[in-house]
Amino acid sequence: MKARTLYDKIWDDHVVQQADDGTCLLYIDRHLVHEVTSPQAFEGLRMTGRKVRAPEKTIAVPDHNVPTTLDRANGGMNEESRIQVDALDTNAKDFGIHYYPVSDVRQGIVHIVGPEQGWTLPGMTVVCGDSHTATHGAFGSLAHGIGTSEVEHVLATQTLIQRKGKNMKVEITGSLLPGVTAKDITMTVIGETGTAGGTGYVIEYCGQAIRELSMEGRMTVCNMAIEGGARAGLIAPDEKTFAYCMGRPHAPKGAAWEAALTYWKTLFTDEGAHFDKVITIKGEDIAPVVTWGTSPEDVLPITGTVPAASDFTGGKVDAVQRSLDYMGLTPGMKLTDIKIDTVFIGSCTNGRIEDLRAAAAVLKGKKINDGMRAMVVPGSGLVRAQAEEEGLAQIFLDAGFEWRLAGCSMCLAMNPDQLQPGERCAATSNRNFEGRQGRGGRTHLLSPAMAAAAAITGHLTDIREMMAEAV
Amino acid sequence: MEKFTKLTGVAAPMPLVNIDTDMIIPKQFLKTIKRSGLGANLFDEMRFNLDGTEIADFVLNKPAYRRAEIIVAGENFGCGSSREHAPWALLDFGIRAVIATSFADIFYNNCFKNGILPIVMPEDVVNALMEDAQRGANARITVDLEEQTVTASDGQTYPFEVDAFKRHCMMNGLDDIGLTMEKAASIDSYEAKASTLRPWV
Repeated sequence: MKARTLYDKIWDDHVVQQADDGTCLLYIDRHLVHEVTSPQAFEGLRMTGRKVRAPEKTIAVPDHNVPTTLDRANGGMNEESRIQVDALDTNAKDFGIHYYPVSDVRQGIVHIVGPEQGWTLPGMTVVCGDSHTATHGAFGSLAHGIGTSEVEHVLATQTLIQRKGKNMKVEITGSLLPGVTAKDITMTVIGETGTAGGTGYVIEYCGQAIRELSMEGRMTVCNMAIEGGARAGLIAPDEKTFAYCMGRPHAPKGAAWEAALTYWKTLFTDEGAHFDKVITIKGEDIAPVVTWGTSPEDVLPITGTVPAASDFTGGKVDAVQRSLDYMGLTPGMKLTDIKIDTVFIGSCTNGRIEDLRAAAAVLKGKKINDGMRAMVVPGSGLVRAQAEEEGLAQIFLDAGFEWRLAGCSMCLAMNPDQLQPGERCAATSNRNFEGRQGRGGRTHLLSPAMAAAAAITGHLTDIREMMAEAV
Repeated sequence: MEKFTKLTGVAAPMPLVNIDTDMIIPKQFLKTIKRSGLGANLFDEMRFNLDGTEIADFVLNKPAYRRAEIIVAGENFGCGSSREHAPWALLDFGIRAVIATSFADIFYNNCFKNGILPIVMPEDVVNALMEDAQRGANARITVDLEEQTVTASDGQTYPFEVDAFKRHCMMNGLDDIGLTMEKAASIDSYEAKASTLRPWV
């Protein structure tokens, strides 16, 4: 048999039908739904009298709009947001799909809830009307974002009309150095490929440094595959994956678990399988990184300086000038001299327990800089509860952080958590687009530990220097 | 979905790379539960000042381009979020085709579901069409999906590639959910087979 990649294998196992021109009908094992990109899809079903074909494979949770302040049970949601959340409540009930309402402790960001509840398992196809669905690829599942029309298509048919993408391998060899995290890997890769480098590809991340990551770290890496243009990122499942899945509420049990395990162990890229593109980066060469511009590809090691438009070519020259104007930065300025007034720790990229542990380790016994607004928004109610149990919440509160309820929050600022014009934020989220965190707001993407360091010093900071001081 | 066969209209030049979906329709307008009405806020933060007045030098505010039906843009158009509100906003404004050297995958797909034709052209062609678009309302560009060509105002014609199935659906305004539902028997038999092979799913 022809040597196949992990992507080839999962794809092959989900083809319902293939047309002569290569267009496939692909079966979807898990469909995750949130309040912002689904109302028009459910409305479409109602208008055509269609049902949800597989409600038992469909899971909904409100996350984008929900306030994360402690008083959210008493309102605090604006009228439009409330209508969207209410619509999801109603749609979940009317169509009989699994649902975690705002009041449920299991509520949280859809990409954190899915794995946490054991909905996401190796070898599955997973879709959601959200581009960060790539996160679930960390389990060796083929997971990608879709638009609302496709949400409706999956609701009605449990399939998608797809053409197969190309295979890309991103290998991170060796080990990461101290202070360097999964976030730095994924951002460094985007810096290397550019935001369109992965367009048309599914990326498989591999190599020793990837193997050495926890499941949380692997989710961070796959989460940002989309920022590199790839709809999906994958990591072959291994013992860490199986250990993470075991015992989760919706993971198989007993004999079914054993059968699943046997199958999951076949999910790896065969020796000699063909990749259309290969990128190799040495783990030791990766530094803690930050973004300086308004595209996730605008990445530099924290030791760098702000570039000039003239350092670039083609269409990027104008884009960089526009970025620098928007960000209020001068070429040649040291990145560590960039002052920060807001810190956001959270999102589907970095809102898991390991991220909170990393930030808390930096913040323990320290205070945030005067005038700093800093918040931690756990990725789910369960992450929040665990962080409280581990004493992390108290560390954040003692340092001067706000300790919030779960949601997407300031990653996309659809709820009241927004930047004001000119405010500058160190954020553990995934996009630094113009206006992303609030009109005129300026975003620097970085790891949770780096965000915590910036909260203390008031400027972008090399976490390694802070670690050296601590010794 | 509205059919798309052939269109002649004004093209707005947007010579910027990485035009993302947050630019096309900022998040504060995603709170709708409808598909319509988003055109008023297309490119909102580039198009309007904070007080709601127009930013005069933004292309779609210039008299020549207020009724543009085509956009010519730099590479990686539509990158970022999966929000279908982006094509809904374009469509509601009246944009029926976007020409660029490349598009982000999810946005590209979303366009076809809404009767907007995204056209990938090589850089020299995009540059020529950009120059043409910069001439204003008198330079009308023709997009012909049946022939798979774009014709500039000087009569120069450029061919483009498009997936045959997507083209077929778009030219006939087909609802692909309906088409897939006709294959219900295949989906049934796939499910039956999968439930034996992978019963835990």
